[in-house]
Amino acid sequence: MGVFKIGKMIMRSLFNKPATLMYPVIPRVYTEKTRGHIEVDMDACILCGICSKKCPTHAIEVDRNNKTWSIARLQCIQCNCCVEYCPKKCLYMKNTYSPATTEKVREVFAKPEAEAKPAAPAAVSAAPAAAESTPTA
Amino acid sequence: MGKKTIIPFGPQHPVLPEPIHLDLVMEDETVVEAIPSIGFIHRGLEKLVEKKEFTEYVYVAERICGICSFMHGMGYCQSVENGMKVEIPRRAEYLRVIWAELSRIHSHLLWLGLLADGFGFESLFMHSWRLREKILDIFEATTGGRVIFSVCKVGGVRRDMDNETLKGIVKTLEGMEAEMKELTDVFVEDYTVKSRLVGVGRMSYQEAHDLGAVGPMGRASGLVQDMRTLGYSAYDDLEFEPIIETAGDSYARTLVRIREVYQSIDLIRQAVAKIPDGEVSVPVKANPDAECFERLEQPRGEVIYYTKGIGTKFLERVRVRTPTFANIPPMLHCLKGCDLADVPMIVLTIDPCISCTER
Amino acid sequence: MFEKQTIVGIEPAELLKKAQQLKDEGYRLVQICANKVNGFELSYSFDKDHEMTNLRMTIGEEEEIMSISHIFFPAFLYENEMKDLFGIKITNLVLDFNGNLYKVSEKTPWNPKN
Repeated sequence: MGVFKIGKMIMRSLFNKPATLMYPVIPRVYTEKTRGHIEVDMDACILCGICSKKCPTHAIEVDRNNKTWSIARLQCIQCNCCVEYCPKKCLYMKNTYSPATTEKVREVFAKPEAEAKPAAPAAVSAAPAAAESTPTA
Repeated sequence: MGKKTIIPFGPQHPVLPEPIHLDLVMEDETVVEAIPSIGFIHRGLEKLVEKKEFTEYVYVAERICGICSFMHGMGYCQSVENGMKVEIPRRAEYLRVIWAELSRIHSHLLWLGLLADGFGFESLFMHSWRLREKILDIFEATTGGRVIFSVCKVGGVRRDMDNETLKGIVKTLEGMEAEMKELTDVFVEDYTVKSRLVGVGRMSYQEAHDLGAVGPMGRASGLVQDMRTLGYSAYDDLEFEPIIETAGDSYARTLVRIREVYQSIDLIRQAVAKIPDGEVSVPVKANPDAECFERLEQPRGEVIYYTKGIGTKFLERVRVRTPTFANIPPMLHCLKGCDLADVPMIVLTIDPCISCTER
Repeated sequence: MFEKQTIVGIEPAELLKKAQQLKDEGYRLVQICANKVNGFELSYSFDKDHEMTNLRMTIGEEEEIMSISHIFFPAFLYENEMKDLFGIKITNLVLDFNGNLYKVSEKTPWNPKN
């Protein structure tokens, strides 16, 4: 018949430092595999739309006419499917969580325009190629 | 013959982790009968199978419950794989078993904390959950998430753990064992804890069998029933004995769950020693077109997964029968004849996971 | 590895007799599952010593069946759930909630009448 058997644990926790983290004064340390949020490298993206088809919650939308890739951060469940299926490997899973917001917005990323690059020979061949593709798209 | 009053218990109550409503018919402080009323958290997850393909439904199945989340994903994947007659690599089965036993440890530590909070012993509750944080850190370092892992898929697992990580897990668990022994000594031997648990909610062997008790609730009354002895996944290579007590009261159920924590640590040690090398997943090409019943042992008892495919990429029916659903009739029986102050204890000893019950 | 599954097809009229027979042999009720497939397909699962047998029967949409909750008490929960979600007519229940077990916004959501 024991009495106050928890005494040893309580004495130890009186003299040790607290078990909780003084967040937000001390920032949280995430592991490297933590599934936080998705980031995209628009230079490498070819707007194929595979990530949008594989997303289980339809959080990703790819618009070929306007050359944009958008994600609804609050709908993403961080399942990592888009990262695995991307053929160009331009999607990355970063390990910090997205900050809290008060309204549901879509974050839109536009593909950088090829004509904006100064004096690039690819701009000359890209311009007629872009002009050909838009009427057929 | 005293006066009969009806006292509503729940859905909001400090002791309940999830909402359930009971109407207690009382006669002067003793409960005569209890009438349950569930349905506060029904989300219709089984109907979503018409909209999500069978590879995407894993994410829905995982989110049925937050505590037993990995085993729901594992049960669904096993049921579809057995229906399609797909054999997954041996290493994937061992990895699933390791994650499943870690899930069991964290679920039992969570329950011990809730039990202590139920009778007002808050320091014990906080120390149990402090120990549980170490397991959640292991999950975050190996799968990327603390509660929802997204690591099972039809055909295997999505991530691998290399051998140093596995040895690190065993070392962390062995370091935790000494502190866990101090914690469980309080539950087992402390005078104040015992006075709330011994003799409360007694259920005999015959009643447990007739009412269909599963899991630790049934094993504490002497029923020898542990679905892991069926030998699914990698359990046919591991050696263990189901833990049985015969007293049938709340104290016996606490003892069963405490011993299962130590048994799980031993199972993980065996699995890490025997894990083979190899692939961790196989590609799955065809669509499921058969039906399959699959039984697993979740921390709360026996769960049954029934999936039926008809050849398209959408399954026709998924049916999950969770252990808390089967433990509600034994709970109603144990509530008869107890005092009003013992009602929260008895409701907590079945380890209620109401979001599992009502999917 | 793959558990052997025995599924026995029965007629609705012999349900009570078979259930009583299994109870006398020491089986326990594990689950009751309903599926909407030209009418309803019901599966009753029983288990003894880790071996499972299933009884399966097909009924029409308006057919009435007897409840087995007098033989197996836990059956009342599964049968109330089937009544709420599918609208299957079951009589003689031990504890009948009359469609109020789950608080859903439209009645029988898995068997829409429209």
